[in-house]
Amino acid sequence: MSAFGRRGRIRWAIGAAALLAALGAIAFGPLPSLSRAGPAFAPFFIRCLYALVLCLVLCLYRILRGPTVPDRAVAIDIMGIVVVGFCAVLCVPTGQEWYIDIGIAWALQSFIATLALAKYLEGKPLDE
Amino acid sequence: MRFARGGGRGAPGVSAGGGMKSRLILFVLGLAVWAVLTWPPTARACLFGPPASLLAALLAGEMFVRRPYALKDPMRYAYFALYLPLFVWECVKGNIHVARLICHPDLPINPGIVKVRTRLKSETGLAFLDCSITLTPGTMTVDTDPDGGFIYVHWIDVKAVDVDGATRRIVDIFERILVRIFE
Amino acid sequence: MNEILGMASIVVGLAFELFGCLGLVRLPDVYNRLQAATKCVTLGTCGIMFGVFLTFGPTAAGLKALLCIFFVVLTAPVSAHAIARAAHRSGVRLCPGSVVDRYEEDMAARGGDSGSAG
Repeated sequence: MSAFGRRGRIRWAIGAAALLAALGAIAFGPLPSLSRAGPAFAPFFIRCLYALVLCLVLCLYRILRGPTVPDRAVAIDIMGIVVVGFCAVLCVPTGQEWYIDIGIAWALQSFIATLALAKYLEGKPLDE
Repeated sequence: MRFARGGGRGAPGVSAGGGMKSRLILFVLGLAVWAVLTWPPTARACLFGPPASLLAALLAGEMFVRRPYALKDPMRYAYFALYLPLFVWECVKGNIHVARLICHPDLPINPGIVKVRTRLKSETGLAFLDCSITLTPGTMTVDTDPDGGFIYVHWIDVKAVDVDGATRRIVDIFERILVRIFE
Repeated sequence: MNEILGMASIVVGLAFELFGCLGLVRLPDVYNRLQAATKCVTLGTCGIMFGVFLTFGPTAAGLKALLCIFFVVLTAPVSAHAIARAAHRSGVRLCPGSVVDRYEEDMAARGGDSGSAG
């Protein structure tokens, strides 16, 4: 789009640099000490959790900033799906398999919540 | 305006036998999901699972499967097996396309809502087509109009504005197979 | 071996998930955001789940991960569709660079009965 000009390029460069810096910090940064006790690949999964937290922060930006209500609804829906992935990854380094049950329950409940939110946005009663 | 969508109560032409079959299929499916969820089967899980799925089956009733005879045709399963790899491939292609758009510094998007025509009539088929369109390159279903057989699709990079051109580019690859499965 | 494959799958899933959330931030209006976010985040979560399944093997947790893929693929397009329809009906227009809006035209053409049947 031509609406983005030189300023758009500069903003893109700044954003890309920030994102790469964050990814670098995730990939090579320090780990909490509890990860050394877990199974063999635990540090990798902890870094995955950090990356998912970065995704959640991006969603949170859209929830706080979103100019319209549907924008926020979209961000909340996506955040629900990211949290499901978070729960699934979480059960590998901790060894607690019930985290994935939380993920399944979260997926279904977030789906229902999104449908209810959509009905509310349309201005209809919830039982239609 | 009200586009009639799924979950229509009291569909005409559903006999009592159809309702029973629908409940039975739903009961078996519910039991299967319950078994996966509580996999090492304990006594408590076995005690609560069948009544819960029975309750769900009785409540949902004949809304779940409208035409039980359609489930007996083996060709439909064969086409479904053919459909899955196509769907996964299109899904991956769509994701790479969108990822490229997002990373591009100028955001080269050209969005719009176009109208496409579909030959599918059954609600299950329409729902599958909607989901497939949503997960494939650059397109997303906004609304369906089953009476006229139209679907309104948001397209992130519009290449054809008219109904026929958009239909050829968006719907045809899926519809060819979905007609065989669901009609 | 399975663990290596699982980790590769998880990395691919994470990359797509990041792209999806980035699209949520960068793209200009609700519909475009919904497109990018739904597609990329769904495939990303499926990749992560499949990686977790490969890591666990066919145990209880692995089967649950597969079931979770099934749920996410089934529910994500439906909720995207619901939000898009609701956004359009609640009066959110397409962004200024858009080409065409057939839905708007048809709704305006049939607008007479919108109040009665709702």
